[in-house]
Parts: sequence; C-alpha cells; structure tokens
Amino acid sequence: MSEKLITEEKRVFMTGNEVVAWAAVAAGAEIMYGYPITPQNEIMHYWTRLAPKYDRKFLQTEDELSAGFTTIGGVMAGRKSFTATAGPGNTLMQEPLSMAEAMRLPVVTVVQQRGGPSTATVIYSQQEVTLTTFGGNGEGMRVVYSTATHQELFDYTIKSFNVAWKYRFPTFVLGDGYQAKMRESLTLYDPEQKGVDFVPAERFVGKPGTPGVDREPGHYRNTYNVEEELYDVLQEHFADYKKMAEEVVEYDAFDTEDADVVVVSHGVVSRGAKEAVERMRKEGKKVGYFRPITLRPMPEKQLKEVADKAKKLLVVESAQGQFAKLIKDVIYGSTTEIVPLFKPGVGITTEEITAKTKEIL
Amino acid sequence: MTVQPAMPKCWRPESKPHKFCPGCGHGLVLKALGEAIDELGIQDRVVFGCDIGCSLLAWDFFNVDSIQTHHGRTTPVMVGIKRANPDLICIAYMGDGGGYAIGSQHLVNSASRNEKITVLLALNTVYAMTGGQMAPTTMPDQKAETSPYGRDPEESGYPTQGPEMVAAIAREGSYVARGTTVNMRQLKSYIKKALENQMEGNGFSFVEALAGCPTNWRTNAEKTWNFLQKDMPKYFKVGELKDPGANEKEGQ
Amino acid sequence: MAEVTKIMMAGEGGQGVQSVAQILAEAADNEGREALYIPNFGVEQRGGVSIAFLQISDERIGAPKFDIADIIVALSDRAIYRTKQYVGEKTVFVYDAGIEIPEEDLPKGAAKVLAIPALEIAKNELHPRVFNVMIMGAVIAATKVVTDKAAKDAIEKKLGYKFEQNPKLRDLNYKAIDKGMELV
Repeated sequence: MSEKLITEEKRVFMTGNEVVAWAAVAAGAEIMYGYPITPQNEIMHYWTRLAPKYDRKFLQTEDELSAGFTTIGGVMAGRKSFTATAGPGNTLMQEPLSMAEAMRLPVVTVVQQRGGPSTATVIYSQQEVTLTTFGGNGEGMRVVYSTATHQELFDYTIKSFNVAWKYRFPTFVLGDGYQAKMRESLTLYDPEQKGVDFVPAERFVGKPGTPGVDREPGHYRNTYNVEEELYDVLQEHFADYKKMAEEVVEYDAFDTEDADVVVVSHGVVSRGAKEAVERMRKEGKKVGYFRPITLRPMPEKQLKEVADKAKKLLVVESAQGQFAKLIKDVIYGSTTEIVPLFKPGVGITTEEITAKTKEIL
Repeated sequence: MTVQPAMPKCWRPESKPHKFCPGCGHGLVLKALGEAIDELGIQDRVVFGCDIGCSLLAWDFFNVDSIQTHHGRTTPVMVGIKRANPDLICIAYMGDGGGYAIGSQHLVNSASRNEKITVLLALNTVYAMTGGQMAPTTMPDQKAETSPYGRDPEESGYPTQGPEMVAAIAREGSYVARGTTVNMRQLKSYIKKALENQMEGNGFSFVEALAGCPTNWRTNAEKTWNFLQKDMPKYFKVGELKDPGANEKEGQ
Repeated sequence: MAEVTKIMMAGEGGQGVQSVAQILAEAADNEGREALYIPNFGVEQRGGVSIAFLQISDERIGAPKFDIADIIVALSDRAIYRTKQYVGEKTVFVYDAGIEIPEEDLPKGAAKVLAIPALEIAKNELHPRVFNVMIMGAVIAATKVVTDKAAKDAIEKKLGYKFEQNPKLRDLNYKAIDKGMELV
C-alpha cells in the first residue's frame, strides 16, 4: 500500500482523463469528490481504481454542488482534495467555487469542457472559459491553466495542487472533451525526483489543542455585516492576487517579433495554431504565435507587447469570443485589428487556421 | 442582583451577548448543543458548520472550529471534512429552509449514505433572516410574507416532516429525533445521543429542534410559547424516531 | 516538418473501427513514433456512424482532428456518406466491396477509390469477427505507418490473455492482418 505510483520516468500512451488521475496521485492528492458527467467521467474511473492502492479516497456525491462543497470540506480538513466536472456541472460548481474564492480555499478543479449552452454536446468546446475564469458572483480570483497536450495535463495537474496551496486561490486545469478522450504519448515522472517541492497542505480546522484554551478557534466565514468590511477584505485579496500573478503567469510564443499576423489561441486549439504558424513561416510568411497558458491571470504585459507590434491578431477559439474578450480586456488601447476565427463547440483544424491566416495576411 | 445562568464552557464569551433577536430559539438550541459538547468533552475535536439564514449568526458562537457556508450547503461541507478526517466530530447546523428546501438533496443523500455526521436543524416555520417568507414547514393557514392570507395546502402543500423523511431513508445505525426548545432537558439528551452516535461511528445523526421566532411570527412571549408548545406539535411530533442505542437495549 | 499520416476509419457501431484505430495507435507508439487517436463520441456512438481519427508521425502531432484524410476506410453505406467530406485530391478512399451504393454516390476527386472484399473473405475464409483486423491489415499496407510486426505485437498486448486460452485465435488474427495487407 501507498508506495509510489511512479518510480521512474516512463513513456505511456493513454487518454487525457487517465493522465489526470495519474497526475493527481503523483501530486499527492488525498481525496477526490465527484459527480458523473461526460466527458470527465474516466477521471473518476481511473482514480477509483488507483486510489485504494495508494491510500487515497473517493466520494461520489449527489450532485456537483455537493462535489464542490465536499471538496471544500476536504481542503479545510487539511487534505489535498480535488474534483472534476464539465458543462452544466461546471455551472453548478460555481457556487462552491465562489465560496472557495471568498475564503481563499485551495480547491483544485479539473474542467473538461463540453458544448454549451445548456446540455449541448458531450463532445468538446472552449465555451467554459468565461465560467471557469470569472464564474460565480465573484471577481475571478482564480488560477486557470489551459492545457494543450497530455504532457501538459500531467504537468499542470501536479502544479495546480502546489499553486493552490501556496497562494490559496482556487486553481483549475481547463481541459476539454478532446483532451479527455484522445490518446497520445507522454512521459510520466515522480515530481519529487524532478525536484518539484510539494507545498504541504495545512489544516483549517482540527488543529491540535482545544480552541479557546490552547489556541484561538478557527472561525471561517464568507458573510460580512457592512460594506466596508467586505471592501477591505477584498482589497487584501486583490493585492495578493496581483502579487501572485507575476509569479504564476505562463505563456508560449514564437516568431512574434516581425509578424504581421499573430495567431492567438489557447488550449487544444493552440496545437493546430502552432502547426499552422510553423508551416507558414517555412513558406516565408510573416506570422507569429501566442498562447496564454494561464487564462487567469492573463499574461497581460507580454500580450500587449505582441499586440502593439503586430498588424493583426487572429484570435482562434472553439467559442463565440469568450477568449477574445479576455484578450481585448488586456490589450485595451491597442489599435491592432482583431480578426476572429470562432467555431463555438467545434474543433478547429490546422488547415482552417492556415487558410484564415493567409486570407488576412 | 440577578444571577446569570452559567454559559456552557465551549461558548465563546467574546461573542456574547449573541446576535439573535430577543426570544429567538437559536440561542436555546445552541445552549443545549454547548452543554452536550461540554458533557462529552469533545470541544477540541468538534467542527461546527452553520448555514445561511439566521444560523449564520452562530459563526463565532463557540470556542470550536467553525465554518459558515452557503444556504443549504453545510451538510456537504461537513461530509467532506468527515470523509477527509474521521477523527473530527462534524456538526452541521441549519434552519428548515436550508435543510428541507434548498439543501434537501444533501440531507437526503447524506442520510442515505449514512454519513457519520450530525445534522442539527432549528425549525421555526419561516425564512427568518430574509424577512419571514413561507418555508417548507409553514403550518396550514399560518401567515407568512409570501403566504399573506395563510398557507393554503392545496396551493403549496403541507409542512415537511423532516425527521420522518430522514428516518424513512436512514440506515441502521442512524439516530433521528425531534426535540423542542420547550423541553430543554430532553433536547439536550437528544443532541447528546446524536453526537455520541457519531462518536461511536454508528451512522448519520439528525435532530430537529422546534424553535421560536417571535420577530417573524410577530408574537409576544406568551403567544410564542403557545405556538411552540401547542400549535407546532400538531404537525411536528416530538420524540425519537431512530435510536441504535434503544435497539441494542431491546436486544439484550 | 515531419510528415503526418492522417487516417480515418468509419463504420457502424460494433464493426470495431475504434478498437482497430486504437491498436494501430498503440502499435505506432510502441515503435517510438507519435500517434494521436481520438474517437468521435457523443450521443452518436449509440446508433450512429462511428468515426476514428488517427494521426501518426515522427514528431508531435498538431490538432486532434483534420479536414482531409490521407486514407479513409468506410465500412458501411452510411459511413461512406458521412466521410465523403474528408476526401481531398490525395486521399485514398477504401470501402468494403459488399456495400451496395450507387456509383455516383462514391466520393469524387479522390486519388484512388478502392473496393475491397474484406467482409466476404472474412466470412468465407476466416471468421466474421476478424473483419476489422483485416481492415487494419489493409490500412497498414496502404499507409506503411507501422510494420505488420508492430501491429501483431500490439494485438498480442491487447488480446494476449485471450490467445493464451485459445491459441487458434492468435493465428486467426495474424492471418487476418496478412490477408488484409494483400487486399490493397
């Protein structure tokens, strides 16, 4: 029992949902709370097969509200806890996540986006960007990693637990139905052997000693009596978030220096964007590639620089402008034209991105 | 000079006098809970969760670790904690709106899974914090802000029978009872049994406590007492519905 | 940039196109190549045409799906209609000769349109169950994305436990691959 899952680096070929389960075990996640919804189900399936072998736990709840709130309970008990959801489940999940945001709880959530709005499709989309970055009645005090490959699903699931427990903001791995269901190769590794230091979990409740006698009780709330009290609490959160942003922002970019058109995309769509830009560069076309890895916080400075240099930005996403909205917000003031390639709920191929880029060059 | 009755040891003096209205039943329920915690000597391992609604005012009521959650969601938070650290004694505290309306799926499913937590529910037949709207437990003909002419059962059903519902689905090992702030000694004994049931790891424990809300009932002391003692028990029968301890004794 | 071979397989539920695509992907991975396989899933998988997207390359693969396939294998009439849109001028379009379909409904503009009597041979000479394995042989012959040895090893990995109980099954599967390869 509870030996290490991965003792040496090994190349594997599996689905993204399986990758997430392995990554969570490797990251030291202790308990998963979940409710079935396609396309994230196999995360639970693989987790429940691995969990007993490595002393981990699982609870299947009555709905996503409960999955989110029990995850909060797990975190407050001082355990690395996570949940996974999609689509309408993500909608319900926003209630507990707004509480996690308010109370600075290191909840890790894996989202495998499916079509929207409503039940839509169980297949794929990038239509949960707004919900995941700014869902709930909050201010988007979250960290959101948008992954593109199985290797990244593994890397960023592990990283999410550390970032969550270090900065105490809810942290998300934003995948999608394609990543969930497709198979490709990646290298599994033991994070500690790679020099990753695990940020330890801490108890919010149940610390040693009797409250009021040996120590102060932990009194946690998300309700405030007066406006000013809330305002002051939020200012602290904003300041912490801003400070954290510089440390956690991640992006990937190339060939943007002299590019007339920079293709901006995120997540699985960026795979096609990357291929398209690389090919067009070989043909001598002045095109560049930019991809935020963190959608919250956004790589503001870097994106603004790119926007200021380029003649046009081609924003490509499998949604009707949810990602573009994040970009416009960041590059406000730039006069660079934004050209959309929006295909809500539908995959976007290398060929389509190439054709559109050539059209506007 | 008047002599103040002693506060339970686990109450937090710094947050007293508490924030509930004069005559509110919450203070009494929480007194019974405080005494039960004291008598069981579990102050160091209790986690107290409170809902939204008036129960949220109890967030700093005790010298125990406490979490104020969302409306109806205290049960899953406590379930999550208990699953992650079974050594803790988890108490979910809520009103009838939180338990029987917005959070009913959590109550039902936690009972059905026999989660080893204790749910303590104060029943006052109205949504009190939001200004006295009709609750699932509002009595027939009782006036509330959203039933100004009295609750019409044809229109909006009969009062939810919480403990009866829970008892119907709860497994062996669960403890289910309905107490009242009219009989504090009995209420405390129920709460104590419920907590002991959790400590022994038997199963789900649920206590409903009839509690007054003179503010929203717009009643004076006498009328409050009458409603609690005479009217409410017509629908809400006080007593134990499930008690693993009693079964054991019968078997002996 | 490395060449990517884009393979699409489509058929009715139960014809086994997904398992064949997965075995091919795993065979390529076992040989140290990059493979990306994604099924179309959704409500369609219950009673619709089942499509597998498979890409094999020596380098990391881009988008999971593609517009134009290098080879398409369609195993039912509905699959032919459904996959026509993925045909380009370099596409080899393979379908089972047993499918009755008007000549004019076959895809136009493909590099090659091939009817192979896979189902018939499977039924008469082997076993209807290995129909999909024959198709795999045909794909290997047409694309050379993996060797027949790698494909056989991948089958062994997946069905080895069944072969242990019934060694005849192994022969049957291997024969099916060889027969399939001869068809193209």
